[in-house]
Amino acid sequence: MKKNFFIFVFLFSLLYPQVSFSYNSDPKQFITEIVDEAKQILSGSNSKEFKTKNLSKMALKVVDIKGIAYYSIGKYRKQFTDDELKKYLELFEKYFLKSFTSRLSDYSDPKIDVLSAEVKNDKYTIVRSKLVGTDKKPEVKIDWRVYTKNPEQPLIRDLIIEGLSLARTQKEEFASVIESNDGDIKKLFTTLIEFVEN
Amino acid sequence: MMKKILSMIVLMMFLQINFVNAGSTDEKLKSKNSNTTADECFEGFSRTMFSLNLGLDKAIFKPVAKGYRSLPVSLRKGTGNVISNLRSLLTLSNNILQGDFSTAGNTAGRFVINSTVGILGVWDPAQSFGLEKQGVEDFGQTLAKWGSKSGCYFVLPILGPTTARDTVGMVGNIFLDPIYTVSHNRETDFLIGNENYQEHNFYFYRGTGAVDFRAKNIESFDSLEKNSIDLYASVKSIYLQDRNKKINNSKINIETQNDSDWEEIDTQ
Repeated sequence: MKKNFFIFVFLFSLLYPQVSFSYNSDPKQFITEIVDEAKQILSGSNSKEFKTKNLSKMALKVVDIKGIAYYSIGKYRKQFTDDELKKYLELFEKYFLKSFTSRLSDYSDPKIDVLSAEVKNDKYTIVRSKLVGTDKKPEVKIDWRVYTKNPEQPLIRDLIIEGLSLARTQKEEFASVIESNDGDIKKLFTTLIEFVEN
Repeated sequence: MMKKILSMIVLMMFLQINFVNAGSTDEKLKSKNSNTTADECFEGFSRTMFSLNLGLDKAIFKPVAKGYRSLPVSLRKGTGNVISNLRSLLTLSNNILQGDFSTAGNTAGRFVINSTVGILGVWDPAQSFGLEKQGVEDFGQTLAKWGSKSGCYFVLPILGPTTARDTVGMVGNIFLDPIYTVSHNRETDFLIGNENYQEHNFYFYRGTGAVDFRAKNIESFDSLEKNSIDLYASVKSIYLQDRNKKINNSKINIETQNDSDWEEIDTQ
């Protein structure tokens, strides 16, 4: 029985390596592993549900969603009560996962070359990579801002695509929703709920 | 010709209002331009124009871009190269105005080689001669390099997002683009044969460039549209970040990103 169980675990990990993946603490290697894992998930034969489910699982492990949530709300964070902050973080996670998986699910069999890494300081390392061009799409430079405060567990905080920061764009989007509604933070909540539910 | 020179002088005088002290070092310029935000001039109008442009894009530009993309890859690549080669003349004018003579030499060398050996720019043999492709320049970037601030942000019908400085830059581009001068100058027409350089050729060249750009970004824009909670704000952010990157001539992606944005956020 015990032997059968181990065989099962072994076969399962071969079939679904993303489930039992542990990540390297070296930022460049960390990104290489994430790219490889994403490639397997996004392989053409997998269903959209499979892709969404497994990309979400991966994001929960490798992305600093809480950090991005704080960054995105910026100065408005100070206006939150504890309950509102808790609600915001829950809502943001759902929003982020939907947006993240939706953006990536459009790619099937992407080819990303991880090129180099530059340690900015003890908190951040930038890993450079490129999405190889195809007949339809040009080559795209992608830099990954990796948060390394805990060197044993690096986390992704931002993707900089051809010099354009996704986190910054998101932050400015959030600010615009709030400002165009006379500073009402609740309108952002409503907008995020609408996005998640649609 | 005198009229054009006079217009340029008026334009320059107008810009003096916006200028800060010239002669900044590159470091100063970088820190000054690292602020990628701009106030809105008239947001209501801009949002209406943005919606109008989106409608036009769906009805006209995107279908045309999709049609263009169904052409053979070699044809599209050749067309993109020809447009890029012609566009490099405007870059050359701005390289010179920015005092960047080494890049100007590179741009000029590339144009000569690609227009001759590369058969009117269809191919890019200049790369093999060691002349690497540099970033494009326009008069808006030149104004920024000279110290002009961006001014407020707004959206123009058809032309899309811009700032006060970049709008003046667009006007400047017309005067600085040799293709415009050649195609709109009757004397040049007489010298080289009126048949080949009629005015509409200029608009055809600019239009083809726009279609080529749109065709390369179909999926990116679809994804942005699908995943934005405020598409207008997203496009504004991307436009301003992109301009900032181009003004600073950042070759490294993260050069224009600011670490201090993240400083207070500790989750580990």
